[in-house]
Amino acid sequence: MVSALLGLLALVLHLALMLAAAPLLTGLIRRIKARLVGRIGPPVTQPARDLLRLLRKQPVVSESASWVFRAAPATSFAATLAAAALVPSFALDMSTAPFADLLVVAGLLALSRAATALAALDTGTAFGGIGASREMTFSAFAEPAMFLVIYTLALLVGTTNLDAIAGVLREGALGLRVSLGLVALTGLVVAIAENGRIPVDNPATHLELTMVHEAMVLEYSGRHLALIEAGAMLRLLLWASLLAAVFAPFGMANADAPLRWLPAIGLWAVKLGLLAAVLALFETGTAKMRVFRVPEFLGIAVLLGLLAAIFLFISQGFA
Amino acid sequence: MVWNRIARTLRAGPLTEPAGAADEATAHALAERLHAASQARLGRSLAIRQVDAGSCNGCELEIHMLNSVVYDLERFGLHFVASPRHADVLLVTGPVTKSMHDALLRTHGATPDPKWVVAVGDCAIDGGVFKGSYAITGGTDSAVPVDLTIRGCPPSPAALLDGLRSLVEANGR
Ligand code: SF4
Repeated sequence: MVSALLGLLALVLHLALMLAAAPLLTGLIRRIKARLVGRIGPPVTQPARDLLRLLRKQPVVSESASWVFRAAPATSFAATLAAAALVPSFALDMSTAPFADLLVVAGLLALSRAATALAALDTGTAFGGIGASREMTFSAFAEPAMFLVIYTLALLVGTTNLDAIAGVLREGALGLRVSLGLVALTGLVVAIAENGRIPVDNPATHLELTMVHEAMVLEYSGRHLALIEAGAMLRLLLWASLLAAVFAPFGMANADAPLRWLPAIGLWAVKLGLLAAVLALFETGTAKMRVFRVPEFLGIAVLLGLLAAIFLFISQGFA
Repeated sequence: MVWNRIARTLRAGPLTEPAGAADEATAHALAERLHAASQARLGRSLAIRQVDAGSCNGCELEIHMLNSVVYDLERFGLHFVASPRHADVLLVTGPVTKSMHDALLRTHGATPDPKWVVAVGDCAIDGGVFKGSYAITGGTDSAVPVDLTIRGCPPSPAALLDGLRSLVEANGR
């Protein structure tokens, strides 16, 4: 009884932290990127202010838009939020742990993406179509890589449950393995593609011809846009937490030990900060790829994922 | 190598010029207008869409500098966006040629309320060097209502920054 209550409490705290930290993480990355090129940059709270501004505006909806256009932002955000409830941040064994299957997380993210792509096609503008087609092309390559990651982890640990995977990896029972390293690389590439970061997409671009994600949301305004942007920020945080939970799970608390929560939250923040710094450094140092080269880049991820699975078979035999 | 460059930039610190206080008088006047129109304040965050209504591109060159390391517009909570649907501020340049008149009107219509129109450069204010030409409708206010003007041909980035900052100030208090 007590542990169930604590699990619920941890979940509520987790969701509140995720929602609060999402704009801050994006703001932190922007701030670091500005510093790396010699600018002062916007304050870390700027993305949160941007969201508040959008909520105060009156949305404009084009005459040719159907209900799909109006329903998509909420659908997309809700799916991302549901996925965020499943990915552990600081505590394992939250109330959602039994459903925290990696396949469910991947499915929810795909649902959110499909809703945005449909909405982009709905108004019939040229850039919406271009953005939707590119996004779906990329995800056709990113999803197999994601599934190879899940497959290899499942072979290693014996379950696709994210909570259980993080739990096993936290104990360090598996030690360092080649397949684990390859899976981590694949996961990183998939995360970059899913979040539309450099070199796959440029989150700060204003050139319509190079846009992928932003081309799909050009028609949105006001609170619709706020939901979409908040969803994108939340997705970035979700992926960062996911990578941290699987590949750096040390220091995560258990939901039934509330005294350990505080240091675990601190450690989570440190991990996120490190990831943000690495991402900012990487994005400043590399250029965006040509759109037609992205499938090759993602193809490498698929290959690495495949290698990880094969290595695992070789080292374990076919027993 | 790019990594060496980044390391050097980090060591040297930001190259952005420090900014003085925002223009109080203009900010106050703008805030009064907002109050009179009982418009919602948007806070310290504004998105800008640049609209070229037939300019010579001199103004655009200066506007472009706002994104540079020296002026760094983003530190004040302003940024440029790719669509009028995302914008709060329309930065209009050029004397509004007959062929761009309709485009300007439609951009204004596509921008969600509350919104501001800033006329940048002498052209956009009254036609400037093109005053009296048969091909222009003459000044931004011949098409859409103007809230703020920034003079110069072209205005310097510092002048642009002053004008835009007073807009943020008016929204932020
Ligand atoms: S104000 Fe001057 S610089 Fe600007 S568009 Fe007109 S002529 Fe060109």
